[in-house]
Amino acid sequence: MQKPSQSDIETKVAGNKNRDKLFGVVGLLSTFVGMLTLAALLADLATNGLARLQPHFFTSFPSRFPAQAGILSAWVGTTLVMIVTALTAVPIGVGAGVYLEEYAPKNWFTAIIEINIANLAGVPSIVYGLMALGLFVYQFRFGQSILSAGLTLALLILPIVIVSTRESIRAVPGSMREAAYALGATKWQTTSDHVLPYSMGGILTGVIIGLSRAIGETAPLITIGALTFIAFLPDAPIKAEFPFVSFEWLWSPFSVMPIQMFNWVSRPQAEFHLNAAATGLVLMVMTLLMNGIAIYFRYRFRKRIKW
Amino acid sequence: MNTDQADAGYLAAQRQVKSLATGASLKKLRERVIEFGMFLCALFSVAITLGIVWVLLYESWHFFENVSLVDFLTDTQWTVLFENPRYGIMPLVTGTLVTSGIALLVALPLGTTVAIYLSEYANATVREILKPILELLSAVPTVVCGYFALLFITPMLQSVLPDLPGFNMLSAGIVIGIMIIPYVSSLSEDAMKAVPVHIREGSYAMGATRLQTALRVLVPTAFSGIASAYVLGFSRAVGETMVVAVAAGTQPNLTLNPMEGAATITAYIVQVSLGDLPHGSVAYQSIFAAGLTLMCMTLIFNIGGYLLRKRFREIY
Repeated sequence: MQKPSQSDIETKVAGNKNRDKLFGVVGLLSTFVGMLTLAALLADLATNGLARLQPHFFTSFPSRFPAQAGILSAWVGTTLVMIVTALTAVPIGVGAGVYLEEYAPKNWFTAIIEINIANLAGVPSIVYGLMALGLFVYQFRFGQSILSAGLTLALLILPIVIVSTRESIRAVPGSMREAAYALGATKWQTTSDHVLPYSMGGILTGVIIGLSRAIGETAPLITIGALTFIAFLPDAPIKAEFPFVSFEWLWSPFSVMPIQMFNWVSRPQAEFHLNAAATGLVLMVMTLLMNGIAIYFRYRFRKRIKW
Repeated sequence: MNTDQADAGYLAAQRQVKSLATGASLKKLRERVIEFGMFLCALFSVAITLGIVWVLLYESWHFFENVSLVDFLTDTQWTVLFENPRYGIMPLVTGTLVTSGIALLVALPLGTTVAIYLSEYANATVREILKPILELLSAVPTVVCGYFALLFITPMLQSVLPDLPGFNMLSAGIVIGIMIIPYVSSLSEDAMKAVPVHIREGSYAMGATRLQTALRVLVPTAFSGIASAYVLGFSRAVGETMVVAVAAGTQPNLTLNPMEGAATITAYIVQVSLGDLPHGSVAYQSIFAAGLTLMCMTLIFNIGGYLLRKRFREIY
């Protein structure tokens, strides 16, 4: 075998170094692919949809005439569905997270629960919709209502809430718990007075991320039978006469913003596509805002707490 | 002190002890009730899984009472909503495989490159800025991505490929692929970060560059973690619904050509759900059979990924 000469080695090393540098550029460009797509998407929505974002767009029902159509029933529906989702997913998710982190014994049953939660996070959202159609809509007879929709999305974001609760509880040092026990506090007192308040930032971040995902979900709500064209609002939750509150709205048929957008984008007329762009813009602003708040929370709480 | 007073004092003390004891046992009871309540919350997650499995199996069972399993797996037509319905799932499966195949062709190379870049090249500041922005991609509502695929990517592709129809699997697949980059990249990055520093240093000591270290040492070492990232990416792509429902059309089409439009399993479920199907009809049951097929596909890939990981697991 011929011994490589000095210059052979030098070219080889130089080649390796160039490839190394080149990959640095390729890597940066690859991250930009995602970001440019995001930018193009926002720019496209803005150029097409901005003109439609007049006040009447938010105060009108959908209509056969694209220029007069609005998203009133859609945003009211989204708000009400989100209320049900948050009120269901937050207590159950935080409860499950606290149980798994603070109470659960280390046995096969806990292991099953943990594996199960990890698997649930990978189940396609439309499958949740099928389950809700079979169980909530027909078995429990909740109908194609806001209640069914809110519960469906709550199940969907439950793994997110549970995982973020567990992560932030785990970050609370054991010395905090021991200090509380040393003063005679019970387990629940320790958890509710110390562990939960300290981990509130992380839990809140998870809840916001979960809700931002729920707000954009379309497929499971179509599956349970959300309407695509709805020209009335659900019953008002607050009444002028006794008992002042009413829960009739839970049983009301509904539409939400992503479904309204889907309806408009599937129509052949280009005029409706402008409405779709405007709705998409509203959705994007809400999603980005929620994610921005979550990132800010994560950053702030990480900075403030130094154990 | 007379006896009466002593007795009174004794009785008061006894009452106090008793009330303390009931207080303590009440407290204990409360603790148990709260613990049980939270246990039920955790148990609820298992109930969801059981609910999913039960609904899919129960409705599919009724579906297969009307349709033979052999027809379902071998027939090449899926015309459930037509006069003479035929129930061959194959066209929907090919549609799903083609769109997710394109998505993976986009997401795996890009996601892996991004992961290597973020884990080995980028400094902390760049990473802190790039990562959250990249993760916003996975937060974009899927229906918005569908809009983008249909009204931005498709026209763009049509200027290069004039024969491309308005509904096609190519643009849907590309957009899904870009959407799932963050899933692939962040899990892969975590896996590479978890490789101990001394393994990296060993490679550098031999005169390897960062690229050589990444490709020949880190990727093989972190392979099991990277494989889970890929499997997650596949699950996401297969279950993706709105992008394909908007951009790839709703016509079942047995083809492997990405330049054609074709319905996927998920798009079919959406299409049926948009109509008002009577509860209990065969068409109604068919969406559950379709959902079951979807779950089986993800399950097969997850098991495959698990076996792959077990085979290549590195212990350090």
